[in-house]
Amino acid sequence: MNGPIPVLVHAVLLVMLPPLVLGVVGKTKSWVAGRIGPPIWQPYADVLKLLRKGVVMGAPTTWVFRAGPIVGLASVLVAGLIVPLAAGAGPLSFEGDVIAFAALLGLGRFFTMAAALDTGSSFEGMGASREAAFGAFTEPGLFLVLAIVCVPARSVSFAGAWTALPWDAWGPRHPVFLLAAAALFVVLLAENARIPVDDPATHLELTMVHEVMVLDHSGPDFAFIVYGGAVKLFVFAALLVHLLLPVPAAGGWVGAGLLVAGVLGVGVLVGAVESSVARLRLTRVPGFLIGVAALAAVGVAVLLARGQP
Amino acid sequence: MSLDLVIVSLGVLLASALLAALAGRRDRLALALGTVGAVGASVLGVAAAGIRLAGTDNLVAETPWRLPLGRIAIGLDALSAFFLLCVYLVAALAAVYGAGYLKAYLGERRIGPAVIFFNILVTAMVGLVVARDAVLFLVAWEAMTVASFFLVTFEDDRETTRRAGFTYLVASQLGAVALLVLFALLRARAGGFGFGAMQAAGAPPAGLAAACFLLALVGFGTKAGFWPLHVWLPDAHPAAPSHVSALMSGVMIKMGIYGLLRIVTLLGAPPVWWGALLVVSGAVSGLAGVLYALAQHDLKRLLAYHSVENVGIITLGVGVGLLGASRGDPLVTFLGYGGALLHVLNHGLFKGLLFQGAGSVLHATGVRDLDALGGLARRMPVTALTFLVGAVAISGLPPLNGFVSEWLVLVGAFRGGSLAGGAGVAAVAVLPVLALIGGLAVACFVKVFGVLFLGVARTDAPARAHEAGPLMRVPMVLGAALCVLLGVAPLVAIALAAPAVLEVGGLTEVPAGVVGGLASLTSVAGVLLGVTALLVLARAALLRRRSVSVGPVWACGYEGVTPRMQYTAASFAEPVLAPFGAAIQRTVHAELPSGYFPASARYDDHVSDMAGERLLVPAARRVLAAFGRVRVLQQGRLQLYLAYVFVTLLVLLIWQVGAAGR
Repeated sequence: MNGPIPVLVHAVLLVMLPPLVLGVVGKTKSWVAGRIGPPIWQPYADVLKLLRKGVVMGAPTTWVFRAGPIVGLASVLVAGLIVPLAAGAGPLSFEGDVIAFAALLGLGRFFTMAAALDTGSSFEGMGASREAAFGAFTEPGLFLVLAIVCVPARSVSFAGAWTALPWDAWGPRHPVFLLAAAALFVVLLAENARIPVDDPATHLELTMVHEVMVLDHSGPDFAFIVYGGAVKLFVFAALLVHLLLPVPAAGGWVGAGLLVAGVLGVGVLVGAVESSVARLRLTRVPGFLIGVAALAAVGVAVLLARGQP
Repeated sequence: MSLDLVIVSLGVLLASALLAALAGRRDRLALALGTVGAVGASVLGVAAAGIRLAGTDNLVAETPWRLPLGRIAIGLDALSAFFLLCVYLVAALAAVYGAGYLKAYLGERRIGPAVIFFNILVTAMVGLVVARDAVLFLVAWEAMTVASFFLVTFEDDRETTRRAGFTYLVASQLGAVALLVLFALLRARAGGFGFGAMQAAGAPPAGLAAACFLLALVGFGTKAGFWPLHVWLPDAHPAAPSHVSALMSGVMIKMGIYGLLRIVTLLGAPPVWWGALLVVSGAVSGLAGVLYALAQHDLKRLLAYHSVENVGIITLGVGVGLLGASRGDPLVTFLGYGGALLHVLNHGLFKGLLFQGAGSVLHATGVRDLDALGGLARRMPVTALTFLVGAVAISGLPPLNGFVSEWLVLVGAFRGGSLAGGAGVAAVAVLPVLALIGGLAVACFVKVFGVLFLGVARTDAPARAHEAGPLMRVPMVLGAALCVLLGVAPLVAIALAAPAVLEVGGLTEVPAGVVGGLASLTSVAGVLLGVTALLVLARAALLRRRSVSVGPVWACGYEGVTPRMQYTAASFAEPVLAPFGAAIQRTVHAELPSGYFPASARYDDHVSDMAGERLLVPAARRVLAAFGRVRVLQQGRLQLYLAYVFVTLLVLLIWQVGAAGR
């Protein structure tokens, strides 16, 4: 499949699907708790409602406050153009793109935190500070996961490395990929402010991390943040799917089907984790994240010790 | 042609320094002369570097007269030309900025010396990178140290400044001792002090090469600020006037990197452990630098610690390059050295920019303590915007230049994972370390930018602030523009660095695959800017018929909010630093609120550099104690000293007679 069609499919999936993953997470949590819960389409309605509203700007804010949600959303969207979705490669795929992916997420985080500090509110400062810490401690784990996949493939791109995964003998012969998948799942939870690192459902400012950072955003700005959060979760879920399922490089309907099913499956998994695990105490989160990096480091060590597969 | 331009530019620099000295007490004239000279020389020097980097000829020139022991031999190869470009680019921006910055001191203290020594410092650095003779190299090295010492002690009526200057001088001399031994070893083998002779003598045997490498690491590492030899740096850089801090942090410490690379080219094929050692050294410097930076409350001291961090990143790049070279892998070699060299240029630009921004804040408020500032973005919009560009760039984020060089190092580390044996392990180890450094740098610069420019003023110092004058604004805007240019068009950046990289790595052509990836970074930047622009338009369209009002920020309904309740630099850094508690030894003086109606509370923390207090000071004490034993000889009695002379003579006489008799 060449030409504009795969790009179009990629763009449609990237733009349309993310809120559905949030909906699936919510529905799973409701189901486990024995509630009916909001419809699976609720996040779409939330974003649309916010887009139609006006905005209240905090008194001390400057242009940085307005730039936060915009840069935040733009950077995750561009990161979403780099990762492969329904096919073996994303439209912006190139040699070295895994680093650009991580750096784009960092850019989004930088501006979201700066916008939080722009309000001069101690709540938002608190959120930004925690986000900065957790973001920094997540980063080594992500790069070690990338090392496990990229080093044996001798390619530093999602397209090159992810398509080189040895699907025929994935599990027992290459246990390092299992470690990579586990670590990537935790990175997904941490990057997207999910339990056990953060709780998106909490209502007390002092216990929030990501939510408290965006307290003063409203209207379209907040819509960008909610939607950007959904895109980020979707993009990480897509990466995890590509690590676990052999999405055909040519894509096509099989690829799209596998991706959608897989991403929604990750949504169910996230919902299940949120329903069954308690959130970690704040001071224990860094240890948890470094522990996950250590897990991935074990994977890298095994990989290098065995000689590459 | 290019070498002639360099010689002319050196002449311009020295002449302007001399004229500024002749201006005597007319400080305004001295400032104008010095600045014009520095900028004029920079234009010539940048042109020279450009001509050399576009061509391939290695020019060498030598004067007919000699130095004691050595010769005045200069040359311009690609490595020299690249560093020449860095020196002159940063120096020109710093000189213009200094013309505005030093005006504040007019009438308060003599600024003539600051102008003269600035130009001498630039002269020494240029002389250093073009020197082709070890004696000339060392002369330039010492001139650089002395000139920068006088710049550091510009405000010499302050006790802390004098102390910083003294520490700097001592550290530099210790480093220079290592270099003296290094060049003596190389000379003994080559039979001359010329770099050409050392090159012609071929690669030294493994043991000698190892000794030279370690000496270079200590000697050049002291100047570059490798941990734990960096202890002078966080004292000296903040003490200097801000445009000098920009020059010192931006390029002077990189002279250590230049020296290291120059020596590596003389030592033949590197073994794996050199690269691995540099990876370890870079990892420690990078992590220690950024952690100590996070713990600082003083703006300029914080930036100085970030220089330690960035030198660590450069060292990681050199390490990856050495690992590639040790295994004969051209791609990894190119990526490692390329990232390192490009980071030298990039760090010069954004660190210069950040120190200039810090200078503007200091100039406008008179305060360096982060926790006394806040809300400056409204009063200093240009400084805020350019500082933000510098902050994003130093954090290694797209689409700015810091990202490009870190991208090269990281790609090199990923590809280096395929190298056989320990080289692969060392290369992969770079990945999590550089990722953590990047994450911590983001945390630190969000903190700095947020606490300085955003929110509300914490005291009344920032409330009186004003935007910097045009002479200070122009270099900041230019520096920011260069950061954007090199980030959006990395092919331009690599075109500048590639000739030097090929020379250091002993490669003949840019390996396939590097250019393609860099070109794609331009598309990423383009798409990013496009999507951002679309979202800006979308937001404007959505809000066209909606209300946009200004209201108070959410405080849980609490009405008595004061600016002092904002998160401070200390509180922001706390959760990031907490897990590293044991590694960075903070002393906290806290009086916590107690009871239902707490009346008072205070918190104060202080971080002292472990490298100094735990490592170097005890080591120095041991050395002094060892030498103390020799003191038995020194009794202060003339008779005893005469006896020493007599005994010495007697021993020599017996020895001579014995030798003649045999």
